[in-house]
Amino acid sequence: MIVAKRKPIEEIIEEVQAYDKILLVGCNECVTVCEAGGKKEVAVLASALRMHFMNQGKEVKIDEITLERQCDHEYLEELRNQIDQYDVVVSLACGVGVQFMAEKYMNMPVMPGVDTCFMGVTEERGVWSERCQGCGTCMLAKTGGICPVSRCAKRLFNGPCGGSTNGHCEIDKNVICAWQLIIDRMKNLDKLEDYEALVPIKDWSTERAGGPRKVVREDVMQ
Amino acid sequence: MKTKTPSKLEKILAAGNLAVTSECGPPRGSDPEAITKKAGMIKDHVDAINITDNQTSVTRLCSLASCIHLKLMGLEPILQMVVRDRNRIALQSDILGAASFDIHNILCLSGDHQQFGDSSQGQNVFDIDSMQLIQTVRHMRDDGKFLGGDDINRPPRMFVGAAANPFADPFEIRTPRLAKKIAAGVEFIQTQCIYNLDKFELWMQQNRDRGLHEKAYIMAGVTPFKSAGMAKYMKNRVPGMDVPDDVVKRMAGVPKEKQAQEGIDICVETIQRLKECDGVSGFHVMAIEWEEKVPEIVERSGLYPRPEAVE
Ligand code: SF4
Ligand code: SF4
Repeated sequence: MIVAKRKPIEEIIEEVQAYDKILLVGCNECVTVCEAGGKKEVAVLASALRMHFMNQGKEVKIDEITLERQCDHEYLEELRNQIDQYDVVVSLACGVGVQFMAEKYMNMPVMPGVDTCFMGVTEERGVWSERCQGCGTCMLAKTGGICPVSRCAKRLFNGPCGGSTNGHCEIDKNVICAWQLIIDRMKNLDKLEDYEALVPIKDWSTERAGGPRKVVREDVMQ
Repeated sequence: MKTKTPSKLEKILAAGNLAVTSECGPPRGSDPEAITKKAGMIKDHVDAINITDNQTSVTRLCSLASCIHLKLMGLEPILQMVVRDRNRIALQSDILGAASFDIHNILCLSGDHQQFGDSSQGQNVFDIDSMQLIQTVRHMRDDGKFLGGDDINRPPRMFVGAAANPFADPFEIRTPRLAKKIAAGVEFIQTQCIYNLDKFELWMQQNRDRGLHEKAYIMAGVTPFKSAGMAKYMKNRVPGMDVPDDVVKRMAGVPKEKQAQEGIDICVETIQRLKECDGVSGFHVMAIEWEEKVPEIVERSGLYPRPEAVE
């Protein structure tokens, strides 16, 4: 899933300070699972904002809605008939949803309600960690199923670096060294000899480096 | 062994001599004297001098320009190059720049993560890794081609080195990792500072079992402690460093004013013991901001005078 975290309330206040009619829009997918931008977080944000404006003695309309997704036209369309009642939208979807909303409602200011972080997993409730950076050419087959692009602080394809200590990355004792994991996996799979195969220089043109990306599937287009 | 480049370091190693290298860290400013003065202190006692590349991610005068200063003094630089800060265009371009000044040695490194330095909010690059940088230099030199496939007019003629840390984890891949660097094309190795000699000798044993000591020259890295505090710091704070307790104890066991001398003694004893270690081809003496002690260490270790490089 895409993992996001809640933005500091001060930042959101600054985003909406100049407006009187605010619509908070949650998303029922990833950001609900990582407890950053679902229905519950929309409600929490709404009451914090109401409290803030009340203390300021300012009358502000704040409404809440949570869509199934914000990265698909059909769900964003559900706002078509009501969006004009507001003068700003705060989207608690990931950065993808915020932008798709802005693209669709060209004259409506749309503010981000969360900080979008990475693609990752729920390790346990309250702990999410990164697993993939969408490099566009998955090479997990060569690295024991552990991704050095997203999990090695230096993106080494032929690691580990000299800083790996007791299974930890040199940048932080709380970060696991991806290469320790890769080697442990290779050992478990009885494939440690694969370690000595040199991984060739990567073609980064399918990653961010190649510019904005697009997947086009003519076979499924209508 | 036959040499493949005009490198003086390569010639000395190929002739079967124990080579000695040292390193100088460039200044945090543009005064070239900071580098030429350090180099002047050690030039008669070493065969070649590494110039670090923004070590510990602290911004400094660049390695390439510093190497050129050494070259202008008639000395033999080893250009350290990290893949943290440059993509493949910049790396190849700097290699050509160095080659244009006839800099004949390069040390291919990943580089410390930028969070250790003065620019922890900066981006890193890591377009290729250190293993792939070794391949890149060899490809440019031996095939006379850029990574992109085009021909290079006057290819670089560099003796290609890399670092090895026998003490990083996991230990079981330390020898396979060296084998991998050799497969990538590395010709000489400078190791991390050695304080745990038993572990180093075990690593060398494993290297010899695979004949790796005959495929690349392995230079043992040493760094004298200036104080017991430095020993403790290196033990506890520097990732990938292995300082056994008895070494820390030995440093702490002598009065403060004698600790520097004790540090030098330990360093000399380390070199003397490792001179007997089969497969050690030389020593890399890293006296961090303590260059003036290099001559004493080299002399007391019986590595002075330095041999002439012969064809
Ligand atoms: S290799 Fe690329 S696509 Fe595969 S997990 Fe890593 S970043 Fe994602
Ligand atoms: S310690 Fe491990 S995860 Fe961290 S940079 Fe080095 S190889 Fe990558």
